Amino acid sequence: MAGALGKDLTGLRHLSAEQLRLVLDTAEPFKEVSERAIKKVPALRGKTVVNLFFEASTRTRISFEFAEKRLSADTVNVASSGSSVSKGETLVDTARNLEAMRIDMVVIRHPSSGAAEFLARRIRSNVVNAGDGTNEHPTQGLLDMLTLRDRLGDLAGKRVAICGDVLHSRVARSNIWGLTRLGAEVAVCGPPTLLPTRVESMGVRVFHRIEEAIGWADALNVLRLQLERMQAGFIPSLREYNRVWGVTAERLDRAPKPLVIMHPGPMNRGVEIDSDVADGPHSVILPQVTNGVAVRMAVLYLLAGGGPDWSDAGGEER
Amino acid sequence: MSVRPVLLRGGRVIDPSRGLDEVADLLLADGQVAAVGRDLGRPDDAEEVDVAGRVVAPGLVDLHTHLREPGGEHMETIATGAMAAVAGGFTAVCAMPNTDPAMDNEGVVGFVRRQAERAALARVYPIGAISLGQRGEQLAEFGEMVAAGAVAVSDDGRPVMSSHLMRTALEYASAFGIPVADHCEDLTLAQGGAMHEGEVSARLGLPGIPAAAEEIMVARDILLAELTGGHVHLCHMSTRGSVELIRRAKDKGIRVTAEACPHHFSLTCERCEGYDTNAKMNPPLREAEDRDAIRRALADGTIDVIATDHAPHHYDAKEREFPDAPNGIIGLETALALALTHLVHAGLLPLRDLVLRMSTLPARLFHLPGGTLAAGSPGDVVVFDPDVEWVVDPSRFFSKSRNTPYTGTTLRGRAELTLVGGRVVYRRAGP
Repeated sequence: MAGALGKDLTGLRHLSAEQLRLVLDTAEPFKEVSERAIKKVPALRGKTVVNLFFEASTRTRISFEFAEKRLSADTVNVASSGSSVSKGETLVDTARNLEAMRIDMVVIRHPSSGAAEFLARRIRSNVVNAGDGTNEHPTQGLLDMLTLRDRLGDLAGKRVAICGDVLHSRVARSNIWGLTRLGAEVAVCGPPTLLPTRVESMGVRVFHRIEEAIGWADALNVLRLQLERMQAGFIPSLREYNRVWGVTAERLDRAPKPLVIMHPGPMNRGVEIDSDVADGPHSVILPQVTNGVAVRMAVLYLLAGGGPDWSDAGGEER
Repeated sequence: MSVRPVLLRGGRVIDPSRGLDEVADLLLADGQVAAVGRDLGRPDDAEEVDVAGRVVAPGLVDLHTHLREPGGEHMETIATGAMAAVAGGFTAVCAMPNTDPAMDNEGVVGFVRRQAERAALARVYPIGAISLGQRGEQLAEFGEMVAAGAVAVSDDGRPVMSSHLMRTALEYASAFGIPVADHCEDLTLAQGGAMHEGEVSARLGLPGIPAAAEEIMVARDILLAELTGGHVHLCHMSTRGSVELIRRAKDKGIRVTAEACPHHFSLTCERCEGYDTNAKMNPPLREAEDRDAIRRALADGTIDVIATDHAPHHYDAKEREFPDAPNGIIGLETALALALTHLVHAGLLPLRDLVLRMSTLPARLFHLPGGTLAAGSPGDVVVFDPDVEWVVDPSRFFSKSRNTPYTGTTLRGRAELTLVGGRVVYRRAGP
């Protein structure tokens, strides 16, 4: 079944502004479901969702699982280790076997860019990309946008700087596509070794100094620095990274205005972000996590063919 | 074994080796070109074929083919590859050594020759490995491989990273009069890239291979050719920077020759959108400026020849996530049409230069028989219709593999008749 988003959510790149707003608007009432004593609506009752994770994930997988359960879907988790995946079965065969058991949706996390789109074109079930290689992580992008909208209002004209390892970040790409589509100004900031070649062609401004980004932005989205990037020679040391690009209270104090601070997690405290910033008054890192469940509920609900009036459909079980 | 003579009547005979381009008859007898001229008499036992409106040329010669045998027979065999070759108008192909086991000794070279003789289709000339196991460490036995039939050496697919080894190979190869063909790629710079590095790779979140990864090795190879006086042949050139380096080297008189592949003058990296693994090859599809530079380089001769880099892969290997799929596409059955469509009909290359770059010069660079219609030369001939439009349908290919990005594309021009050693080995049937 295909709703307003189409059959799948493989990325934000090809979504229209209307579709993005629809997801964010649909997420608003779902926020409230998680605040109830009984955190459940029957919107996806009878639907079967498989969480197919080919990479380790704690936060995203649990967030999807909560979203599915709070929508009353039946869920199964398949991890790459201990399954047929580790016996050499291809991605498509794995998914088709699951589909033969009559499932409705696949949430996929995979280390290869394009894997979600690849799968979406080959199975009938709805596919939700939970992160594919260094391509996209669309529900993370949406939850970042929802969190920003909570704090800043309409995103048009707002300035968001994405800081750190943009080169290897699927979060960065989803943020860039989604935010620019809604009219926000986006910058990337980091060492040139960790920014993609020709990144400016994606419609973003480039800063190499964190102070410049802080002086320019309304919000910072601070990316996790994978520790293995140092071994791969992209940066000389974590210590220097923190000293040159770390988001510190000292640097933020010099900003003309308080900035909203986001981080997709998991954080390396003392590397890309200091604890007094992460835990400070302008951090929205935990609200991001809360919004993640609501956004994922909205995406699953819309892909299942739901319309904006979901609360009517689920009324009788309140 | 005697072969029935064949008289090709009234075609446009193009033979750049002799500056010939005129409507004439061509007679093949005793496996050789017997005569070219007007109104040739038909020997009693000869088959006469009316080829009016068609081009008659020396058979195409491909300097860069992967036939996969031994070791990869599920992708291609020497017999299926040789059949694909003749269907594409090629009468000779040079087989790259990245087989399993690698073609790094006279035994494997001899095996490939024997399999080709058994198939009796296109001629197959083995290219021996530069290093044992293509590991880039120890020189393979060039002398024994040449004695067994190797016509060049290359570690294609496994770039020769050691400049010392490359120098040694160029020096040692010159004793046997064979070129060293190099796959130019600085692996430390390309590291794990899946496509050309640029705007499209930034958009798709795929690791990129910068143009400089090729150009650094092109520059190095040119310098080593200058140092050693050896003949370096640069495989599948893909960037405008490489073209510039080659142009300067040729101006200086350095012994460098180069090839380009049809996909690099017909497609760009935009084709990787949608993560189509049939757009994944190495060197990767580049930018429009690179594609245009390759076209111009083929027009002005900076790049000497067109080669296919025919790289069969099984459906299962290509039917997977883009970063994990193998590199390469098949090319033998589309190369002529792509060159006609994108170069000749686009007004960039006269027809006689197409024959020069796909037959005469390839044969000359690797010192192969063929590439000419001079009387007494091997009866290796292609007859093609330069104008006919057709739609690429890989299910009709003779290659064992189907990995092509051109499915459904309309191309112009196609081989109709191919003769090797004066014998018809391919005659196009049906529309």
